[in-house]
Amino acid sequence: MKKPLIKVETSVETHSKQSNSRRQFLKMGGLAVAGTSMFLYGCSDDDDSMDPDPGMVFDLGSGDLGILNYAYALEQLEAAFYTQVIAGSYFAGASAEEKLILQDLYDHEEIHREFFKAAITGAVNGDTSKVLPELEFDFSGVNFGDRDSVLGTAMVLEDTGVGAYNGAGPLLETEAYLTLAGKIVSVEARHASAIRSIYLPGNTEFAGDDVIDANGLDKSDLPPVVISAVVATGFVVTPFTANQLPTG
Amino acid sequence: MNIIKFLDEFTSESLTQKVSSRRDVFGTFSSLGKKAALAAVPFGLATGSSKAFAQTGSKAHEDPLNLALTLEYLEAEFYVKALDSGVLPAGRPQDVYNQISKHETAHVEFLKTALGDDAVAKPTFDFTVGGMFDPFNENGIGQETAYAQLLALAQAFEDTGVRAYKGQAPNLMGTPFLKPALQIHSVEARHASEIRRLRAFVLGEVLNDNALGWITLNNRGPGMPEATQPVYDGEENVTQGGVNLVTATGFSATSVSQSFDEPMSGETAVAIASLFIVS
Repeated sequence: MKKPLIKVETSVETHSKQSNSRRQFLKMGGLAVAGTSMFLYGCSDDDDSMDPDPGMVFDLGSGDLGILNYAYALEQLEAAFYTQVIAGSYFAGASAEEKLILQDLYDHEEIHREFFKAAITGAVNGDTSKVLPELEFDFSGVNFGDRDSVLGTAMVLEDTGVGAYNGAGPLLETEAYLTLAGKIVSVEARHASAIRSIYLPGNTEFAGDDVIDANGLDKSDLPPVVISAVVATGFVVTPFTANQLPTG
Repeated sequence: MNIIKFLDEFTSESLTQKVSSRRDVFGTFSSLGKKAALAAVPFGLATGSSKAFAQTGSKAHEDPLNLALTLEYLEAEFYVKALDSGVLPAGRPQDVYNQISKHETAHVEFLKTALGDDAVAKPTFDFTVGGMFDPFNENGIGQETAYAQLLALAQAFEDTGVRAYKGQAPNLMGTPFLKPALQIHSVEARHASEIRRLRAFVLGEVLNDNALGWITLNNRGPGMPEATQPVYDGEENVTQGGVNLVTATGFSATSVSQSFDEPMSGETAVAIASLFIVS
């Protein structure tokens, strides 16, 4: 029996479960939802037409390698998104401050992506069959000429990244990887704070009550939650599986 | 536990190997004058002392969490006093400080609960550092200067907090405290970003590469006192996991350094916090 594919997994889920994951992502998006209705389109059923040959589908792997590939996938997503942002018409006409921030976010995510590519390749002694391949993305649901769409999506991606790294940290077994994840997650949190600060109207949204709980704790999401939320966006075209990731 | 005893014990383990780096810290901080010597007292006691803790098993989390609690005590009291001082303008500044204050106070309570009877007692703080600063305008320095100092100290505390939690994370591996410590770590980073951006706005420096939400090289940023430089030393690192990312990516050292925050040793964090601790 073939292993469930990420892409397929959602499309074969029961309807109620599917709308759960959709709701979850919308909840993660918080206030951005109003300006980013594409998430609703993003998770429309795409049948089995995308069902690829299971033998060709990459699995993230197990243990620390799996977690690194998982982080690499998220960084690929962010980098691809900001690549389109800075090529888009909203960016072209944005204020100098927003341009500087978005350009920096593009630079940082590109660097994170290239770091993971190099680090994972090194960790598996160059066995590229264990390194997540370059993923294909579809951002047709994002209007790169529209501030709400660009900044709203950026906010969701950055907040998702923070929760993902926080949730993945305790799953890591190697101290050096935990430290590296820590070096990156705080930069993602700085991004999330800045995007929320320039995009959302309130003065306290940089660390808003929608993401920080009553104990003053940020989001911490385990990989299955993050992956289903990301799948629900419809941004990730290339299927991959996450069948062996540690669960805690 | 007494705070000075704790700080002493915390640093004693790594003290012998890292004496020179500790001297560097105090070398820079000595620009603050005689207060620095006073702040060094806890460490003076540590020299040559026997290892205070032989941390094993279930107690291994105490040192990192008590260091975190010490930093949270510092931040929590700072923000409460800042809000009470009348120095902060209404609107965004007060709103931002209020939101951060809420989180820092919650962190104190959370860590105290986690540590139970092993929690260090709250120290007595001196945010003037022996009269060098007047962030609450208690000595008549004037609202404008006091406000600038409130912003500078907040930035130094938040950027220190991010680095200190990051430095302690490996010491919490395998304990149930790693998860919440990481959740606090990223909140400190959100705070740091906003405080840095608020400072930049107040200074009219929002387009300055050294005054963004993220740290560029080891630049402390415009208007930051030289005494805060130890908060930023080491942030210029561009090699991660053995890979020089300037070479590997073609991006500038500026961009690469911004993309990664660096951990800070417990020793350095203690040295920075000790500046503000009277007893």
